[in-house]
Amino acid sequence: MRRWLKRAQSLRVTLWTLIVPPTTWAAHFLFSYLWAAVSCARLGMWARFPTAFVIGTVLALLVIVAAGVIAWQQARTPGTPAPHDSGTEIDRLRFVAYATLLLSALSFVAVVFTAMPVIVLSDCR
Amino acid sequence: MSLHAQDDPQLRLEQEERLRAVWKPPSGWFFRWTDVNNNRIGVWYTLTAFGFMLFAGVLALIMRTQLAVPDNDLVSANTFNQLFTLHGSMMMFLFAVPMFEAVSIILLPQLLGARDLPFPRLSAFGYWSFLIGGVFVSGSIFFNAAPDGGWFMYPPLTTRTDLSGLGADIWMLGLSFIEVSSVAAAVELIVGVLKCRPPGMRLNLMPLYAWYILVVAVMILFAFPPLIAGDLLFEMERLLGWPFFDAAKGGDPLLWQHLFWIFGHPEVYIVFLPSIALFAMLIPTFAQRHLLGYPWIVLAAVGTAFLSFGLWVHHMFATGLPKISLAFFSAASEAVAIPTGVQIFAFIATLWAGKVKWSVPLLYASGSLAIFVIGGLTGVMVAIAPFDWQAHDTYFIVAHLHYVLIGGTLLPLFGGLYYYWPLITGKKLSDRLGRIAFWIMFVGVNLTFFPMHLSGLEGMPRRVFTYPADLNIGWFNLASTLGSYMFATGVAVLVVDLALSPTRKKAARNPWNAGTLEWLAHPDDEDWGIRSVPLIESRYPIWDQPGFVAKVDEGRFFLPDAEEGRRETIITSVLDAKPVSVIRLGTPSVKPMMTAVALGAVFILTTYHLYLLAAASGVVTLACVLWWLWDTAEIPEKPEKPIGHGIELPLYLSGPAAPGWWAMFITMMADATAFSGLVFGYYFYWTIHPDFGAGFDGPGTYWPMVALALSLISWAVTVGAREWHSRGGVQPARLLLIAGAAAAIASLFVGLRCLDGLDPKANVYPAIVWVLVIWTIVHAAVAAIMQLYTLARSLARRMTPSHDADLRNITVYQHFFALTALVAYLTVGLFPEAGL
Repeated sequence: MRRWLKRAQSLRVTLWTLIVPPTTWAAHFLFSYLWAAVSCARLGMWARFPTAFVIGTVLALLVIVAAGVIAWQQARTPGTPAPHDSGTEIDRLRFVAYATLLLSALSFVAVVFTAMPVIVLSDCR
Repeated sequence: MSLHAQDDPQLRLEQEERLRAVWKPPSGWFFRWTDVNNNRIGVWYTLTAFGFMLFAGVLALIMRTQLAVPDNDLVSANTFNQLFTLHGSMMMFLFAVPMFEAVSIILLPQLLGARDLPFPRLSAFGYWSFLIGGVFVSGSIFFNAAPDGGWFMYPPLTTRTDLSGLGADIWMLGLSFIEVSSVAAAVELIVGVLKCRPPGMRLNLMPLYAWYILVVAVMILFAFPPLIAGDLLFEMERLLGWPFFDAAKGGDPLLWQHLFWIFGHPEVYIVFLPSIALFAMLIPTFAQRHLLGYPWIVLAAVGTAFLSFGLWVHHMFATGLPKISLAFFSAASEAVAIPTGVQIFAFIATLWAGKVKWSVPLLYASGSLAIFVIGGLTGVMVAIAPFDWQAHDTYFIVAHLHYVLIGGTLLPLFGGLYYYWPLITGKKLSDRLGRIAFWIMFVGVNLTFFPMHLSGLEGMPRRVFTYPADLNIGWFNLASTLGSYMFATGVAVLVVDLALSPTRKKAARNPWNAGTLEWLAHPDDEDWGIRSVPLIESRYPIWDQPGFVAKVDEGRFFLPDAEEGRRETIITSVLDAKPVSVIRLGTPSVKPMMTAVALGAVFILTTYHLYLLAAASGVVTLACVLWWLWDTAEIPEKPEKPIGHGIELPLYLSGPAAPGWWAMFITMMADATAFSGLVFGYYFYWTIHPDFGAGFDGPGTYWPMVALALSLISWAVTVGAREWHSRGGVQPARLLLIAGAAAAIASLFVGLRCLDGLDPKANVYPAIVWVLVIWTIVHAAVAAIMQLYTLARSLARRMTPSHDADLRNITVYQHFFALTALVAYLTVGLFPEAGL
């Protein structure tokens, strides 16, 4: 486990990795909406806990958690003094990673929010 | 050039002379308007948007006067409809969005230590498009021809030509034209933030304003195109009778609502985030410390941007969609409160931790936050579907949206105006008048809009031109009217303050003692933007880097000269802002203005059904664009130039490092988003109809597959041309380009074959097939034009194997074209065969 976390630190970080967690939320949200809209319109009903929805939600949460764990490791890269806002490569890495970590937290909450109605509502009315 | 060469005052004077000559604005009564420098374009843009704001404000005052007392007859119902439609449309499309673009065009180069944005002529084109479209739309009210269907223009009221007149066309075509200028601004701003930062300004040192602008510009790319797609369907129905929103022929008015609000809700954040970005600049200045929680602000901006695309259906809670769908959007609407709250807490924490100077800009900032929070909280209320059903289309919503927009956009902009006025004019505005204006406006806003919550809950619907006395909402309305006049008085005080500015004396440089780069600006500013492009080591370089201002002024940083007599700026890498190249910028020219006039003519002539003239203007537009392009991507007279400190940078870039490549990529992202709006339409119709085809013939499978094959050949051949060309094969590349253009043109004609026998007026199914195919074949035509243009560049020796930006850029276009053809032809050709 520790070895894996260590390796996570050396992964490349860009603006694209920054948006992985919210993009995962967006994909999950879009498919939830399309799935509900299409099944209600075409079938007139939908199963309460369809397997695909559960798997999709778990998958989205896993991706977000993975992005968050990697970002958390990278946000702790040692080598510069606090408050980590200087113009060095390490501080830039720490910043992008920390922002990714925060976005992972927000995206996690947002995916859970999206999943909640499915537990409560049971038909297409 | 050695480090100490700049010690010589004579050399510095000579450099300044050269810079001044290069950046000299054009003169003459006409040619002064051909300027492209960001400081002038930005100011014109700002003043124009401010003028539209005052005009739309006057429309609101007329409405409030009409509503002051029950059963009033100051204006007719018809005029009232035009008033509220134009008020909303102008405030959104002609004030809020353009104002953010205008302010960014002024500020961004200063914030980034760049001489100008990467495409100055594109900024000019955007401005002229905005001016022409804006005057066309707003002027319509003087001819009693203004749009009158509400700012969201719901069909079927607006698509049926017997229910709505020319106003609907003016809205659609006029504002589509302005949407083009917004996408142009987005391209400019994204490339500006990503590629034109000063050396050393890594992502974590970027001013937060630049972060917000980057995020908002990307939002524009994904938010505006669905509306452009909707506009296209809308005008096809109005002008040609294709029944996209006509339920009798299989259409559905709800599709318009989807497309409009996929644009409309992100739009709210598109106008809110840049205003809040001004706080992120002025709060550290008046707290005299670094902003707390820099990554948290970035979280807030990026998080809000994403979540804002999951909110659109909360404008459609009352349309009868399944509750489960409503619940998804309700959930996202609640979630977006989290990042919004985070940034407000970061601002409060910064003020708390700093030594606050209670200046006028800070007064506006804190006052507007208070108003915004009230609007935000009612927003959380209406995000809950059952509450929304009660409040929908009442004055409660009017109150909510005005609290949000005035607290989140207008007052922050006024705060920004007081803060940045010295930067632009060199003079401070009056503290006294500023405070007076603020308090009058603050009380006025609350007096106008707070009673609307109550009149709304009492049952007053939106968009009514009058109400009966026995509804007992007369007092609320009278209070609102008095409040609106009070608010207008506050705005008038502010305008007086601005008007007195020329009589005042110049302020000191950096009068607020700010720490960020834009305050390098001198009260007697030169047109060159920045004397030398600095090396950045801190988020607040003026505070933290010793001798920073003097070093910039003495040209001790990069690019202190203009030896070759060219306008130049430095391109750096995206993550770490390492210097990559020096680019030559566009100089003053009539081309942007002429292109805007020609394109404007296309839209305006179409409004009046003068199709032949519109088509002729289209040809003129194309000619202008090609004429404009011909000067770009020029091969420099030498491969590299020194920028000081022993660094030599190339003068030519092609491929993903070049700004032009990014501009093409970003434009095509917007294009692909618009296309996906149309594809969404196709599958939307499929979901709502048990029998999608409704007995109408489709295009079959054969011709769509042939057209697809030809499109893919055009793509493959272009990629081949790029590869061969870069290995020195100029002749083979030329032949491949000819073959590619031939394939693209052939795909156009085969695409037309797909439409044989399909009557788009009969039913929505043939109509949506028509639209998808036409979209694709227009792209095929553009592909062919690009291939032939690149061929001409090669023949004219403006493109060589080591200078191949044109070929690389059109390859980006080809990737998107291939994707478009793939999706379009597979959808129309194979999906009906799937039998779903």
